[in-house]
Amino acid sequence: MRERTRSVLGSWDTVVLVGLVLVILIGAATVDGAATPRFWRFVILEVIPIALIALPMTLVIITGEIDLSVASVLGLTCTAFGQMWAWGVTSLPALLALCLLLGAVLGAVNGLFVTGFGLPSLAVTIGTLALYRGLAYVVLGDRAVANYPPQWTTGAIRPIPGTTIPWTVLVVGVLAIVFGIVLHATPIGRGIYAMGNNADAARFSGVSVRRTKFWIFVATGAMSALAGVFWTLRFASARADNGTGLELAVVAAVLLGGVSIFGGRGGLVGVLGAVALLATLRNTLQLAYVPANTLTIITGSLLIVSVVGPNVAAAVRERLRRRRSTTSTTESAAG
Amino acid sequence: MRAGTRSVRAVVLAALAALTLATTACTDEGTTGGGAAPSAGATTIKEGLKITFLPKQVNNPYFDTSDNKGGKVAVEEFKGVYAQTGPSDTGASAQVSYINTLSQQQVDVIVVSANDKDAICGALNEARQGGAKVVTYDSDTNPSCRDLFINQATAEGIAKSQIKLISEAIGPDGGEIAILSATANATNQNAWIEMMKTELAKPENAKLKLVATVYGDDNDQKSFAEAQGLLAKYPNLKGIISPTTVGVAAAARYLSGSSYKGKVQLTGLGTPNQMRAYVKDGTVKAFALWNPADLGYLAAYAAGALASGIITGKEGDKFKAGKLGEFTVGANATVLLGDPFAFNAGNIDQFNF
Repeated sequence: MRERTRSVLGSWDTVVLVGLVLVILIGAATVDGAATPRFWRFVILEVIPIALIALPMTLVIITGEIDLSVASVLGLTCTAFGQMWAWGVTSLPALLALCLLLGAVLGAVNGLFVTGFGLPSLAVTIGTLALYRGLAYVVLGDRAVANYPPQWTTGAIRPIPGTTIPWTVLVVGVLAIVFGIVLHATPIGRGIYAMGNNADAARFSGVSVRRTKFWIFVATGAMSALAGVFWTLRFASARADNGTGLELAVVAAVLLGGVSIFGGRGGLVGVLGAVALLATLRNTLQLAYVPANTLTIITGSLLIVSVVGPNVAAAVRERLRRRRSTTSTTESAAG
Repeated sequence: MRAGTRSVRAVVLAALAALTLATTACTDEGTTGGGAAPSAGATTIKEGLKITFLPKQVNNPYFDTSDNKGGKVAVEEFKGVYAQTGPSDTGASAQVSYINTLSQQQVDVIVVSANDKDAICGALNEARQGGAKVVTYDSDTNPSCRDLFINQATAEGIAKSQIKLISEAIGPDGGEIAILSATANATNQNAWIEMMKTELAKPENAKLKLVATVYGDDNDQKSFAEAQGLLAKYPNLKGIISPTTVGVAAAARYLSGSSYKGKVQLTGLGTPNQMRAYVKDGTVKAFALWNPADLGYLAAYAAGALASGIITGKEGDKFKAGKLGEFTVGANATVLLGDPFAFNAGNIDQFNF
């Protein structure tokens, strides 16, 4: 039993973390400017929106569903933020609250189609990916809203005193702990794994599959909206094309983090490690003058590795375990 | 299983050690560098300046010409270190991480064409605080985020030449015209379109009627389809203006293979190599452009002059740009390359880019 827990939770997380450490060490030793305080500032700025969305996405994928509309929710939130500001909503807390509400509603639409009508989440969220992005263009068209107060835009990326690290990473940290507790230390979390492994069995053992999935979609919408607000302030620019393609970066990080695309397997440690790994690798390679096209090829290959890797690792482990148990039975028979 | 816990702990420890190492070993690095400090009143460009071009997109023929055939030549003339880097997609914020990288690489000047005039502002200012100079070319940012803008042509100059070319091609009777632009967000495209509308409002252009503006996203197939769509939707269309190299070539390709060839006029901003066949087969009578190689060349000299302290970006500052001669900094820290040049069947063979 313990052996099992270790192999399921431990090993791929370890691979990801070792990979991260290797990238950092090799980068620091060979690439000028890598792993400096400034480098970490830029890496973390890049990581924040991806990590914010990867947290709920991990839950979504563990339940066996997927949400591809997240980047469009982010884009639509950005344009809504910009439009409301242009209309004269000048209170940041009010804008934040309205954006989170909007994100939750957009997530609820996804959740309703998936759990209420029983449609496959892949199809539903490919639909809303296009729909929400389209709505973003309806809101702002080709315009950009960019005249926010400087204290908002610099405030979003202000460093923690004495460091170069933007304070917003603390928000990500707190939310990561909340999501970690829910997933790894509550009955809800156990239910999430159960429904990812076998939805019928989970339902018969009293897990409310539909309700849980619905609220996870709502949370994903709200977190994407939070990422949208951060995006708008960080780039000081609300535009309809903000964050286009970000869903792939998020899904790539979640899968590389060891979450099974078929559900039921994975955890937040690996996912956060993978988010950090991808961003550190990209920034290090960029500093090493690796051209953009090569970077895309490397990210793509990593995604393949992330899908194939854990399965191969599991198969190898399974074979080793079997061989070991056969040897031990022969031994005991002999003894 | 004990071995397992131990190995996990070892990994965590290694990670922590690496982080501490990395941060402590490099804390003092942040303060050094900053490149060559400009000395006041210098007259020659310093040697060894690191000048990096950051186009909207790499592997784009227009920027390959401006950067590698213009900027590079100039940087080599004054013995600097030339490089080109950039994203492979034109997303609004894709350039930010490249700017961050350049500021860490301690380049002396970043020469950038902005995909989004606001989104890259913060990153550029952070790079400037780190000691880099910022020159924009082709597409400007907010003036507060750069030291100098090299303008290939004024919006007014371009708009005037485009309307003049389409008006001459259609003839005195006028008629309906349409614009095939690049992306709906492109700063320069939108400025030109606005000026074209101003130009069309003048009495001498009263017979030209703008009926549609469509966007081909600087994508060949999309531009081709948009050109096709325009002619299907507006049967009385007399002319198309496409102020983007991708759009005008795609529209020319469509027209030259259709029954509209020679009946529906086309002009725009294009490159001689892409447009040569269509000028010779009569699809296009004339089109305009600046020389992108000259633009990159001028941007590089301006970058060198700025980093050497010859100019500061103040109005009236003068500097020499190699074979192009002397230039003067205008209002809003802008340097103008010149008027757009019209290419036609008579002169197109003198150009090869």
